[in-house]
Amino acid sequence: MKQLLRQTGWMVVRQGRNLMREPIWIAMMVIQPMLWLVLYGQLFSKTGAQGRGAGSYVEFLTPGVVCMNAFFGGTWGGMAMISDLDRHVVDRFLAAPASRLAIVLSQVVRAGITAVLQAIILLLVGLALGVRVHGGVLGWIVVLAAAALLAMVFAGFSNGIALLLRREASMIATANFVGLPLMFLSSILVSVALMPGWIKAIARFNPVNWGTRAARNAVVLGGDWGPAGLYLLFLVAAVAVMSVFATWCFRSYQRSI
Amino acid sequence: MADAIVAEDLRKRYKDVQALDGVSFAVREGEVFGLLGPNGAGKSTTVRTLTTLTRPDAGRALVAGEDVVRHPDRVRHAIGYVAQDSGVDWEATGRENLLLQGRIHGMAGAPLRSRVDELLELVGLRDAADRIARGYSGGMKRRLDIAIGLVHRPRVLFLDEPTTGLDPEARAAMWIEVERLAEQESLTILLTTHYLEEADRLAERVAIVSRGRVVVEGTPEELKANLRGELVTVELGEVDGRADDAVRIVAAVEGSGEVARDGKLLRTRVPNGAHAIPAILATLDSGGFTVESVTTQRPSLDDVYLHYTGRDFASEDEEGTR
Repeated sequence: MKQLLRQTGWMVVRQGRNLMREPIWIAMMVIQPMLWLVLYGQLFSKTGAQGRGAGSYVEFLTPGVVCMNAFFGGTWGGMAMISDLDRHVVDRFLAAPASRLAIVLSQVVRAGITAVLQAIILLLVGLALGVRVHGGVLGWIVVLAAAALLAMVFAGFSNGIALLLRREASMIATANFVGLPLMFLSSILVSVALMPGWIKAIARFNPVNWGTRAARNAVVLGGDWGPAGLYLLFLVAAVAVMSVFATWCFRSYQRSI
Repeated sequence: MADAIVAEDLRKRYKDVQALDGVSFAVREGEVFGLLGPNGAGKSTTVRTLTTLTRPDAGRALVAGEDVVRHPDRVRHAIGYVAQDSGVDWEATGRENLLLQGRIHGMAGAPLRSRVDELLELVGLRDAADRIARGYSGGMKRRLDIAIGLVHRPRVLFLDEPTTGLDPEARAAMWIEVERLAEQESLTILLTTHYLEEADRLAERVAIVSRGRVVVEGTPEELKANLRGELVTVELGEVDGRADDAVRIVAAVEGSGEVARDGKLLRTRVPNGAHAIPAILATLDSGGFTVESVTTQRPSLDDVYLHYTGRDFASEDEEGTR
């Protein structure tokens, strides 16, 4: 266990350090979420998509964009694994006593940290646009937790797919195939109250929606903590499931080499 | 002496390719052992099995006394693995690459840092240690790979095609490197290569692998000696249509094998060139032939390969790629 945490920690340090050496990546990480917020905020501002009860659309949208950005980031997490596979860094770790779970967890944790940093930027931009986090400090914590967990769920999934497919083009196709539909099957852009019945039914089982509901409770309602906590617990369980799934996918990879 | 590596009847199939078809060999502790064969012969699959990266379908393998299937983690602690393709993290510095590998092996603090310094010195990367590895040359990346494989002071080092893709200069430097390692780190080294001269130079013993099997095993000298002797080539002066007589005369010399003629050139195999040449020259002289030149050639591993597989090394190399 101690070895697992140590290895995970050092592998996260490695990834963080490598990313910090990519100025373009840092710029994109900061600018992209702001772009989402401003574009969607303007595009849908007069549609009343927030439904009744919420304040401005941008206040409704901010927790949604935090979650969208987090889970999008997660779905692309497997690209780092593909690059490590291509560079044979993974083989080097596997022939050494590196825990497979640590290799996966390092990618998952890194995705979570990135999502939290982006969520903070988004919330600050939101504040500048007049958004209020009604849940106060607890509200901030819930939003950041939702972002981290969403990114981690999808990073686990994405890393598993990376180990199964092992090709960049297939990975991009999968991320696109999964990402947009899951966004539209959630309340990121539109209030649940305004969804058609069948989308509403599907959204209940969509992890993206779990995170969005929790974050929105924290920002817009500033309460209803019970359901928010439950959604976060679901996400924690999903992180565990996806991490185990990705670790299991090493078998498929090792059969192929 | 104990065996550092034992492979017994290893088998492995990938979809429609039988990569390993009963590979068996043993490597003694402290020895440099060469697995020699063309691309696709099963060398890398053998190494990936012994380094626990992939599981054999059948057969058994012990590395440093541990079973690779039953106790892969114990094996991983005991081995260093330098894969055919570099495992260097391009975005990290040489030093960072080494520190991370040491940490994966459970090393930490001052002992790790001094070990890393020692290795950077050993492989000649001290000055480049804090540069991002993306900017390293192929030879530098390869040397970093070797250092990565050595961080935790393994007992057995696997070098899978350590010089493939290197220019001749870097290859010669790598050979010196490997020779030095074998001495200084008192390691058992299993080396795969498809360069015959590399195996000849570095390995104390070699096994020739062809189509997933070991076809012959021994020291390079033994294998060459088994080919029975040296090739003697005699270049005659004017033959005046009596060439067939010359063939008969040489064939009659004691120890001479079958004689092949190619114009004025006669070729035969003898157990010992230094003993046979005076007799050959004397009989040719008394038969009225003049001799322009005589050369002898000891068999190369090339000849050994041809002899045991019945196939030319270079042509198999092309056909065997996958």
